[in-house]
Amino acid sequence: MGRIILDKVTKSFGEVEVIPPLDLEIDDGEFVVFVGPSGCGKSTLLRLIAGLEDVSGGHISIDGKDATEIPPAKRGLAMVFQSYALYPHMSVRKNIAFPLRMAGLDKAEQEKRVMQAAEVLNLTDYLDRRPGQLSGGQRQRVAIGRAIVREPAAFLFDEPLSNLDAALRVGMRLEISELHKRLATTMIYVTHDQVEAMTMADKIVVLQAGVIEQVGSPLELYQRPRNTFVAGFIGSPKMNLIGGAEAEKMGAATIGIRPEHIEISDTEGTWKGRVGVSEHLGSDTFFHVQTEASPEPITVRTTGEKALEYGQDVFLTPRPEHLHRFDAAGLRIE
Amino acid sequence: MATKASRAAARLMISPAVLLLLGWMIVPLALTLYFSFLRYNLITPGAHPFVGWENYYWFVTDPSFKVAMVNTLQLVGGVLLITVVGGVIFALLLDLPMFGQGIIRIMVIAPFFVMPTVSALVWKNMLMNPVNGIFGQIAKAFGFQPIDFMGQIPLLSIILIVSWQWLPFATLILFTAMQSLDREQLEAAEMDGARWPSRFIYIVLPHLSRAITVVILIQTIFLLSVFAEILVTTNGGPGTASTNLTYLIYVSSLLQFDVGMGSAGGVIAIILANIVAIFLMRMIGKNLDA
Repeated sequence: MGRIILDKVTKSFGEVEVIPPLDLEIDDGEFVVFVGPSGCGKSTLLRLIAGLEDVSGGHISIDGKDATEIPPAKRGLAMVFQSYALYPHMSVRKNIAFPLRMAGLDKAEQEKRVMQAAEVLNLTDYLDRRPGQLSGGQRQRVAIGRAIVREPAAFLFDEPLSNLDAALRVGMRLEISELHKRLATTMIYVTHDQVEAMTMADKIVVLQAGVIEQVGSPLELYQRPRNTFVAGFIGSPKMNLIGGAEAEKMGAATIGIRPEHIEISDTEGTWKGRVGVSEHLGSDTFFHVQTEASPEPITVRTTGEKALEYGQDVFLTPRPEHLHRFDAAGLRIE
Repeated sequence: MATKASRAAARLMISPAVLLLLGWMIVPLALTLYFSFLRYNLITPGAHPFVGWENYYWFVTDPSFKVAMVNTLQLVGGVLLITVVGGVIFALLLDLPMFGQGIIRIMVIAPFFVMPTVSALVWKNMLMNPVNGIFGQIAKAFGFQPIDFMGQIPLLSIILIVSWQWLPFATLILFTAMQSLDREQLEAAEMDGARWPSRFIYIVLPHLSRAITVVILIQTIFLLSVFAEILVTTNGGPGTASTNLTYLIYVSSLLQFDVGMGSAGGVIAIILANIVAIFLMRMIGKNLDA
């Protein structure tokens, strides 16, 4: 079982406080994604949970036991590293069996568990190869295999897909989600890619500078971002954030509207603007429209069929029910 | 890039260097081979008749030849053992974050810059001398009989001196290898439940194996021809207790003035070095493939 609770956990490197006191609860079987821009402390947080870094203050408990002082190997967690960290001089079989060998399991049991893991991950044909002879995706699976065989209380993933090419990344994303459904084990996943976060998570934790900005399900975060940071970070293309006079009209310091919640018309609308670059994805088209409402161009999402000329005059109308309002401190106004 | 014309031009351009190097090697080698078949002693002037394999026969059947061979192997093996084990330990220690890292690293490398004769003399007179040496003084301070290093354990003393000179080399190579070890691998092993000794055996040592083979290969080539340290400390003695093959060749050709015999010894040394080189190349080749 893997219920992990962080209680006022802090981390400093020398004088620099990377993580100010932080509380977080992760339920058993949950797929939690830590997401945030680089350097926001998400990897550090994961390493604190893993035990690879010592906390500067606070407590970490795993399954009700205080794990703050327990060494990493005894916490019952398995980690998949960004570089995969496979042992290059060992075959795939030996790589996967390594944790079992260290635990002193007998050979037959080791072999049985390795075979099970290999079957789950489609690695049976590669067991006698070295990591150097495998492709990126296969190495990734070996790293996951090495984590699975330990039957851990929770899996920790540290940006596991960032070294893969785009097509493979989508495939592995599905495989990891599938694995989570099958094993129903707690997984904590660190990424800077909000698409990964949205597609995989049961619960997303958005971090900035070591501070949790918001915790919630992907749709909660998308529909009701708690502040401008989350609003701008979650969603692709990004939410349009407009300040100044337009926002004041609606009694806010900043208003936000997602690209798909703006009507575009040739004849009438709230904001007059001029079409800039259009990006055609086939299914959708994104228009970047320069308006007097904001200095930044506003992104509008329409169906793929819509075609507008560069430089054409258009009118934009935000749908009022989808407007997000934020106060001067950047917090959401209900 | 490599068209036929450019390859031909490249060959043409490096040929003077290659020819010069070849001449540099071939002429002395041919002369040594030639001398090794002559009765050529500097104290018996006159004709130098061709004697076939006679020089080789006398060199090999000389009782000091067998001693010299054993000593050579012991010297090479001993120094390799000390420098590789010591080098791994030093590499691990230097890899730890510590105060004054830069200075300590330079100090560890320093012995390599000292000339062999100088370091051997310093060891002989300052450290190992039974009367004035530091080791002797320490032994006396604790009430022990000082060891006469050069008299009682001449070969071991030379092994120690040469090891001191070569330890920096081994440390340097192994330390560089140590730094290229992926930290995430060690962390992964830690998560996998491997304690420190297991991490060392299963992760660090395999990672260092390539560097260790390089150290062994390069050092063996140089250690087969250790000479200066023996000349300035024990002169191969007492008796032949610290005579290695190189020193035996020196004794034949320059102390007994027997050019023919010395040349024969030289040819044997060349063959020996090549046999070792072939073995090492194969060993290294296997290791580098993986």
